[in-house]
Amino acid sequence: MKIDRRSFLAFVLGGAAGTALSPLPWKLTDDISIWTQNWPWTPVPPKGETTYVDSTCTLCPGGCGIRVRRVEDRVVKIEGRNDHPVNRGGICPLGAAGAQLLYSPWRVRQPLKKMDGRFVPVSWEQAIGEIAGVLRELREAGTPEAVAWIADTDRGTTAELCRRFLTVYGSPNFIRTPCAQDAWETALYLTQGQRATAGFDLERATFLLSLGSGLLEGWGTPPFVFRARGALKDNNGRFVQAEARLSKTAAKADQWLPILPGSEGTLAFGLIHVLLKEGRERKPFVAAHTAGLEELKRQALQEAFSPEAVAQATGLEAKAVVELARAFAAAERPLAVCGRGAGRVPGGLQETLAVHFLNALVGSVNVEGGVIAVPEPEYIRWPEPEMDAVASKGMQTPRVDGAGSERYPHARYLLNRLPEALLQGDRPAVRVLFVSGGNPFYSLAGGERTEKALARIPLIVSFSPFLDETAAAAHYILPAPTHLERWEDVPGAAGYPKPVVGLARPVVPPRFATMPTADVVLRLARRLGGPIRAAFPWESHEACLRQTLGPAWETLRRKGFAVEEGFKPQPFETASRKFEFANADLKRLAAFRPLPAPGDPGAFKLTLVPFDTLRLTAALGAPPFLVKALESEILLKNDIRVEIHPQTARDLGLADGADARITTPQGSARVKVYLTEGIRPGLVGMARGLGRGAHDRYLAGKGVSANRLLALVEDPSSGLEAGWGIRARLERA
Amino acid sequence: MEEPKSSAPSSRSEPGQGGQGDGAGGAIILFFILGLAASLLVGWVAFPALLYSEKRQPVDFNHALHNEIVDHGCASCHFFRADGGFSGAPKLAQCIECHREANSDDPEEIRFVEEYVKPGREVPWLVYARQPDCVFFSHAAHVRLGGIDCAVCHGPMGESTSLRPYQENRITGYSRDIWGWNIAGIKRNSWDRMKMDDCAECHAQARVPGGSVQTQKDGCFVCHK
Repeated sequence: MKIDRRSFLAFVLGGAAGTALSPLPWKLTDDISIWTQNWPWTPVPPKGETTYVDSTCTLCPGGCGIRVRRVEDRVVKIEGRNDHPVNRGGICPLGAAGAQLLYSPWRVRQPLKKMDGRFVPVSWEQAIGEIAGVLRELREAGTPEAVAWIADTDRGTTAELCRRFLTVYGSPNFIRTPCAQDAWETALYLTQGQRATAGFDLERATFLLSLGSGLLEGWGTPPFVFRARGALKDNNGRFVQAEARLSKTAAKADQWLPILPGSEGTLAFGLIHVLLKEGRERKPFVAAHTAGLEELKRQALQEAFSPEAVAQATGLEAKAVVELARAFAAAERPLAVCGRGAGRVPGGLQETLAVHFLNALVGSVNVEGGVIAVPEPEYIRWPEPEMDAVASKGMQTPRVDGAGSERYPHARYLLNRLPEALLQGDRPAVRVLFVSGGNPFYSLAGGERTEKALARIPLIVSFSPFLDETAAAAHYILPAPTHLERWEDVPGAAGYPKPVVGLARPVVPPRFATMPTADVVLRLARRLGGPIRAAFPWESHEACLRQTLGPAWETLRRKGFAVEEGFKPQPFETASRKFEFANADLKRLAAFRPLPAPGDPGAFKLTLVPFDTLRLTAALGAPPFLVKALESEILLKNDIRVEIHPQTARDLGLADGADARITTPQGSARVKVYLTEGIRPGLVGMARGLGRGAHDRYLAGKGVSANRLLALVEDPSSGLEAGWGIRARLERA
Repeated sequence: MEEPKSSAPSSRSEPGQGGQGDGAGGAIILFFILGLAASLLVGWVAFPALLYSEKRQPVDFNHALHNEIVDHGCASCHFFRADGGFSGAPKLAQCIECHREANSDDPEEIRFVEEYVKPGREVPWLVYARQPDCVFFSHAAHVRLGGIDCAVCHGPMGESTSLRPYQENRITGYSRDIWGWNIAGIKRNSWDRMKMDDCAECHAQARVPGGSVQTQKDGCFVCHK
């Protein structure tokens, strides 16, 4: 017997046959397929008991009710509460991605202090002690007004505690971050005498005219606005979007009017012009409930607002302006809204007034389907604090941002004016800045100048739970728990037409050594002693919340929210008890004038217009789910794309996807080009929310921030931030 | 010139000749059988032995003993939660209800109390019947709606006096009970295997209303959500 090649082949064949007759190949195939379908490195929620906790989302001013699903102690899903009046089961992408913020790798885990440019962990005791020391020195030097506080809301117990702290300390410089409500609140106060926020009864309007508002892109409370958009369709209503770009909102509108950017106010006055000229105002309402119509006529019937002039200014046809005015006036319940994009920039006061006048002329103020003045919540009734001489003197100094001054008597907060104020003098006017929300280092326009101004402040304390741009620039980070780990009363929902208060509760125990901002305030007050300590008789924020809410606490704790279902708007509180188109205060405002984009049109042939998308956030960094869902028209790998019209591209010699350099008077950045006919020629569209300097690796280093290319533009009538674009140049790179 | 002495070239040059050919054929058959036998041995014996690693349960639990004491059979410890979710292997908190202290001098119970109850450490039970993560299974649908006994899928577990070893598939990380202990996949009892075909077999017999409109069979997404 020989062992040769054939024997070997026979052995192999026998082996093959035997293998086929054994379970090995079949079992192996099966196991490998199971393995590939359950990669061991893919995170899977732990098995365990599923529970639901109802809370309120505080990631934006919306205040939606959320239902958080947990498996054991792990948050696995966030849904909208079906029984919540504001969102009724709806949820926006940011709210749904909220668990990623809780478990984010860029959370700040303990108090940090910057030493030699690096953050080192310190104890709460040490951090609060050191900051209290600086505060004590400033007070002893008689300059308590050199302390400022930036917060993203001025409502609720936390914000009120911060403001109260500044008051008894002696500083008037509590500043709320800007948003479109700033202009609306001032407009309501000047025309109706009401200290209120603007609610919009979008669900019951039958003709919705949006002057650049991104109703489907984060404006107001997104789930409420989405539902209202559905209701409008069900009611056979009409939805007209006037905006320079084919935004998602414009694409979903019944009619898109591609007006020139910055001409929204002119269009509103143009519509008023047609209404008044043709006598189409709702005469019974105007006669019974308004005053000063003659003055409005004098203002709006000028030649500058004739259909022809408005056509020229807006880029529409005169006929379209007239037809829009007629359709608006003829609708059963017309409603006009403004606040560009997601409404993060207040815009000009006169522009908002024009839109509000338009609503008043068709009787859509404080009625069903109209603009509703929603009174500010009044459940916080703490006794007036006793103030010492230092505090009284400090409180009498003018605000650092100029709000409430002779020039801007009606403005309450003007964060946009802070950078210039800080650049004055040898020493910056603010020596200590607390930042609880708003992330001004990122979200303020003005590029390097703004950054340089803020960086002049010798002591910045950030309360951010995340390492955002402001936290990175701060000297101390005193991390607050995230929205799923703390108690918070949430008064009001942006744009919702009824008073509502929600309660956010800890859904899971705090993951790290964080402390609610309100508790830090209480501790600082205790450290400073005297009248400051006496103004804060509460043991903790939670105790303060219980005591402040009184009997409402139990209801809120059980139900999660309280809404005034049968709410009726209160009567106008002006001197005439009517809606005033004109009065002494209005007369004193700088006249309406469309604000041009800053920059020399000769050197900068194009105009950069920023836009908002639901997939990117402003102050808060977008969680990975949102960044992952960004379309390639906005972000391609790590490059931001700017929208330009094919005609503009031809003139510049740029092809789709080409690398380009955009330059504005504020700065310059590399971008990629995206050609679309959904933007007017001559414009460059850029998404807001990218170009992050801090944050996690899913967001940082992607694209550029539009805010760094934009300039701060001050509205002459109110001082509010009113920038909508800037002149720009685009070149091949 | 001398002729080459070697016979090998000549045998090669004359293939299929008489005895030479028979010898080669025998060798071929022998090697075939050798290969067959070796691979069968590998496939049926060595492979299963290599594929699974064997683990002991952390505590040797006596189901039969507990079953005699409790009032509601399996459901006494393996219960449905208020929301219909199934609790599965009991948590330490349940055990503690009776075993705050050792109730006997059984060394295994004493060890359990010392190692888990006193330090408050959860017992890392190895779950024989855990399906892969890509499978959705609802106990409520089967036990409450379908009225199926625990033993139909899990066998007479409640009568066992000791916990058998747990074998873990080295490739998938799941229990051997899913494929079944018979490597050929042959089953004698309904609880011998827990593969998809076994689910489908029972669903077909019971004429469970189908999830798929097109095929009238169970749609993929009934279980693979």
